[in-house]
Amino acid sequence: MSQKLLLSAKEIDIILHRLACQLIESHTHFKDTVLIGIQPRGIFLANRIKEILVDDYQIKDVKLGYLDITFYRDDFRRGEKILEANKTHIDFIVEDKRIVFIDDVLYTGRSIRAALTAMQSFGRPQEIELLTLIDRRFSRHLPIQPNYRGRQVDAINQEKVKVHWDENEGEDAVYLINK
Amino acid sequence: MSELSVNHLLGIKYLKEQDINLIFETADHFKEVINRPIKKVPSLRDITIANLFFENSTRTRLSFELAEKRLSADVINFSAASSSVKKGETLIDTVNNILSMKVDMVVMRHPNPGAGVFLSKHVNASIVNAGDGAHEHPTQALLDSYSIRERLGEVKGKKVVIVGDILHSRVALSNIFALKLQGAEVKVCGPKTLIPKYIEKLGVQVETNLKKALNWCDIANMLRVQNERMEISYFPSTREYTQQFGVNKEILNSLDKEIVIMHPGPINRGVEITSDVADSDQAIILDQVQNGVAVRMAVIYLLASKIKQ
Repeated sequence: MSQKLLLSAKEIDIILHRLACQLIESHTHFKDTVLIGIQPRGIFLANRIKEILVDDYQIKDVKLGYLDITFYRDDFRRGEKILEANKTHIDFIVEDKRIVFIDDVLYTGRSIRAALTAMQSFGRPQEIELLTLIDRRFSRHLPIQPNYRGRQVDAINQEKVKVHWDENEGEDAVYLINK
Repeated sequence: MSELSVNHLLGIKYLKEQDINLIFETADHFKEVINRPIKKVPSLRDITIANLFFENSTRTRLSFELAEKRLSADVINFSAASSSVKKGETLIDTVNNILSMKVDMVVMRHPNPGAGVFLSKHVNASIVNAGDGAHEHPTQALLDSYSIRERLGEVKGKKVVIVGDILHSRVALSNIFALKLQGAEVKVCGPKTLIPKYIEKLGVQVETNLKKALNWCDIANMLRVQNERMEISYFPSTREYTQQFGVNKEILNSLDKEIVIMHPGPINRGVEITSDVADSDQAIILDQVQNGVAVRMAVIYLLASKIKQ
């Protein structure tokens, strides 16, 4: 197994600030906008984006929730891996809101498909957008594309893109791992 | 560990402590799901479940059916009263006929102890025991423990007294297994005639004085007197039973502390528990019912995840 550094901490920081600015560009005051981090890995990115919006750009009252998609996945009973659920925490109304899904890596698009279905259980939002740090293009199984992307990566299927976060893995970095 | 150690839920006796923890953690997620505006997830949309009730039930049958529907499973219901069982069909024949319609899981209540175990050896489906005679009622014990955990933080170290008809109660037996497995202390309390011989061998103590038992415990689980299972008289009169083993506000107020009151239902108001107690904040009877759906969703989900395609 070999691994190659795709993004360093410095590069990630620049990208996160750019993504935050792009969000501000289309959502201005975030009055009707809510951010939803996709469990389990999307929540770190979502927390960071919120932090930047609040601390660096003084946007008050950014609503952030976490969505677990385990019970909506299409591979239940289909793989060797047991699906473990995580906490869903959405303590605001999503009806008529503009939602931004936040996940670290967009690969086949199946997680986002599950998240779209899961979101229906909470109401009918005005629109749903997608923000991802890494977009693995040419590997989609479904017609799903991000509205805001950090970096596009061409990786073959035997490769895995792993995002590390300081608060979880002790460093900010993105690696391309050859399995 | 994120998988049950069993392929069927036949009784608490067959579970490990980790299984119970996994069921509770999964039930936490489902409890959140059933409080959403749309209380349904699509996980089990390719699973068909047969509810076979060879004995009357309202609460358990509704709770299972709701849990199955909340998971998007297809459900077929069967009750013995309106079936070919009356024409002399055997249990295995009945079940095999149903399974040939491509059923993946069977939830069964049966008057005979061991019916679930017997079935699991003869048919190719995941079996959930919803009560077998006076043997076990595992999902009831799980939802009881889950409700204790919700109210008091954890089950370990808690003192629980089970009051009433222990002899005929599958709820009592499953609860004893579940509570002991999680490290709680258990006493049983009731007329001597309704306490099985050798019950101490399960690691529980017997107390025949209700006041003493209530003063000792953190939680009292009040069982119903099961007149339908009694072929002989076990106590002189209902009135006398109520006087000695019925819980009322007066006796609760005379205790040094506030205890939690549970009841698996159906309640005989005025017999084992008075209305003012059943409807008070001390009672978590309706929480038990709500938790029943979440716990059953967890059990069905975890068992279904072991059914390979």
